[in-house]
Amino acid sequence: MSETKKTGIVTRRTILKGTAATTGAALIGGTFPMHFIKNAHAQTFRGDPGSASSVKLGFNVPQTGPYADEGADELRAYQLAVKHLNGEGDGGMINTIKPLQLKGNGILGKKVEFVTGDTQTKSDAARASAKRMIEKDNVAMITGGSSSGVAVAVQGLCQEMGVIFMAGLTHSNDTTGKDKKRYGFRHFFNAYMSGQAIAPVLKDEYGTERRAYHLTADYTWGWTQEESIKAATENIGWQTVNTVRTPVGAGDFSQYITPVLNSGADVLILNHYGKDMVNSLTQAVQFGLRDKMVNGKQFEIVVPLYSRLMAQGAGDAAKGILGTTNWHWSLQDEGSQAFVKSFGQEYGFPPSQAAHTCYVQALLYANACEMAGTFAPWEVIKQLEGFEFDGAGNGPTLYRAEDHQCFKDVLVVRGKQEPQSNFDLLEVVKQVPRAQVEYPADMFGGELGPYQV
Amino acid sequence: MDAIFLQILNGLDKGGAYALIALGLTLVFGTLGVVNFAHGAIFMMGAFCAVTVEKILTLSMRVRDESVTFFEAYKETPYLEVWFGDTGKAIIDWSVPLSIILAIPVMLLIGIVMERSLIRYFYKRPHAEQILVTFGLAIVLQELVKSFFGANPLPQGAPDIVSGSAAIGAVFGLGEAVVYPWWRLIYLAFSLVTIGLVFSFLHFTTYGMVVRAGMADRETVELLGINIERRFTIVFGIAAVVAGLAGVMYTPVLPPDYHLGMDFLVLSFVVVVVGGMGSLPGAVLAGFLLGILQSFSSMTEVKDIFPGIDQIIIYLVAVVILLTRPRGLMGRRGVMES
Repeated sequence: MSETKKTGIVTRRTILKGTAATTGAALIGGTFPMHFIKNAHAQTFRGDPGSASSVKLGFNVPQTGPYADEGADELRAYQLAVKHLNGEGDGGMINTIKPLQLKGNGILGKKVEFVTGDTQTKSDAARASAKRMIEKDNVAMITGGSSSGVAVAVQGLCQEMGVIFMAGLTHSNDTTGKDKKRYGFRHFFNAYMSGQAIAPVLKDEYGTERRAYHLTADYTWGWTQEESIKAATENIGWQTVNTVRTPVGAGDFSQYITPVLNSGADVLILNHYGKDMVNSLTQAVQFGLRDKMVNGKQFEIVVPLYSRLMAQGAGDAAKGILGTTNWHWSLQDEGSQAFVKSFGQEYGFPPSQAAHTCYVQALLYANACEMAGTFAPWEVIKQLEGFEFDGAGNGPTLYRAEDHQCFKDVLVVRGKQEPQSNFDLLEVVKQVPRAQVEYPADMFGGELGPYQV
Repeated sequence: MDAIFLQILNGLDKGGAYALIALGLTLVFGTLGVVNFAHGAIFMMGAFCAVTVEKILTLSMRVRDESVTFFEAYKETPYLEVWFGDTGKAIIDWSVPLSIILAIPVMLLIGIVMERSLIRYFYKRPHAEQILVTFGLAIVLQELVKSFFGANPLPQGAPDIVSGSAAIGAVFGLGEAVVYPWWRLIYLAFSLVTIGLVFSFLHFTTYGMVVRAGMADRETVELLGINIERRFTIVFGIAAVVAGLAGVMYTPVLPPDYHLGMDFLVLSFVVVVVGGMGSLPGAVLAGFLLGILQSFSSMTEVKDIFPGIDQIIIYLVAVVILLTRPRGLMGRRGVMES
């Protein structure tokens, strides 16, 4: 079809006639027509690089706004992935992920190029930049982001436009639950998994007779995390004293923290992320919560979703605080080490969990194209669905076909009391096996939608 | 009762910050007639004076962590600690209060440079143009700060001696659970003292009286041979110092980031409008009033009756006040009126 547009000589009618003639001749001659062979795709699709020597990927990350540092780390990871895909550098995880069909010669022999967009961590801005990359830059795939609100919005757009979305950092159950889409895939873990992973550790560390008070960011991610953590802690015998929603970007949380003092709660669970988490944790510590004894027990604070960048922002307040994370640079498996080495040598510091998930997503998409032998998204989707692999950190991993959620080990971490270096802020308390965080695919509802749109 | 007492304290504390920023805004508007949307950025730059001082005081000797091989990780020990031991540690511990020494001249300079190089060209231009140019300036300033310090919040600790909580409940005959962070109490006292100093300066010094006379009737003051423009420039500098110091002192409460100014800007303008454009006592009164209302609206008991009220209360109050008192609580006739 692209030839048609370029030359203006070949018409749709000519192609149809030619196709019918070829098929007829081939059948009469006893041979099978070429376009019935696997990977010979006649249908057009957005992002098709056609006969071009390169293929473009769209990296949609927060380059401005509160998650700009996390976005910058995502972008670094994507650039590293592009390098490795094109056969430059040491190859990173291309050497460790198995099975993998990538050869270091781009994707399907086409050099990988990229364009970037700025999500600003706003759904409308993220959709606009994704749309621009799809329509103007003809990208074959969109990836990135540091917010579930953004992920759900961009994923919806990608489904409408028929372009694969490999989500970046998004932790809401909704992303692969009620808002799941055929064209959306998430490597990052989710709130339910955090709950299942951290609950046994909380039981061991703080016992079963606890009273929890939740402060929750008032949007999709906060709601699902509160629901999941509440259910998981109640399963180990904890009571929930109160759940309070706080506006995103509240800044000063004092008016939400002071009621905790008289509530009878002995654990504060902060369902906050990013700047909100840094502020609420710092202020909770200032109000002396961690020095308090309530119900004869030491008062504790839990941050279910943790990251090194956030621990850095919270400073001393993060020391000793338990939480979960998707991945950490100190993991000693072959894949993690390969990635940390590549990233560290390229940029001079370790990658964040956001960088890790983005890097892996880029490689997995590229590999699925190689497996499919085409960029046609419906074929690539079929390769990603149910794909099982190892060597990307967190042990054997499954991209579940029914909801496009990755299942792998989850890390329970704690803010380190005595850091050995400027990056040594979290210690891994437990690598929780994948089996412990799995759940039925239909638990959070939703419909994936059609393969072809 | 305990909960109400704590929410009043929260409101006063929050209101202190609002009042300080709104005071500067009103001062600039009252003297120069400029609607300064860069005032929030000045508050943010004050906070980053504290960050800069902390970075200077914690310049560190780096010892490579040999266990990390793929990148360069360091164990950092500040030179001040290496050279002066406990004295060095104590200096670092007091970095936020010490920042005030740097912040006063720096913020005064920033204010004067800003006024002389940009703002003065917009005195006689429409308010919409003033808003556009100062908002643009705010974005430039915050992006500059981001390029130097990154987008992540940078935590600043209060000195150890005041980093805990005061058992304030015992003092007022309330429950033992009623505690309040020392630093927030200090911030409240600092706000009241600063507001008092600004009012004293304007009311009890000749310089201040001339400024007030200029605010009321600029032409007559100029006819008396007084260079009122120069005094207004100094007032702009003073407003920058007030906002800057408010920013410095706020850093242990809220780890600062480049966006801090924008977070406070809209609220501060609402405070100014509710207080009455151009009214200094109105700005202070409205700052504390809105701070307290915001705190009370966040109580579970209130939210159970009016869900989501905490997110709209300030704007709701602004609407009600403007409907019933269009000039705000203490607004003067003729200000921003044709």
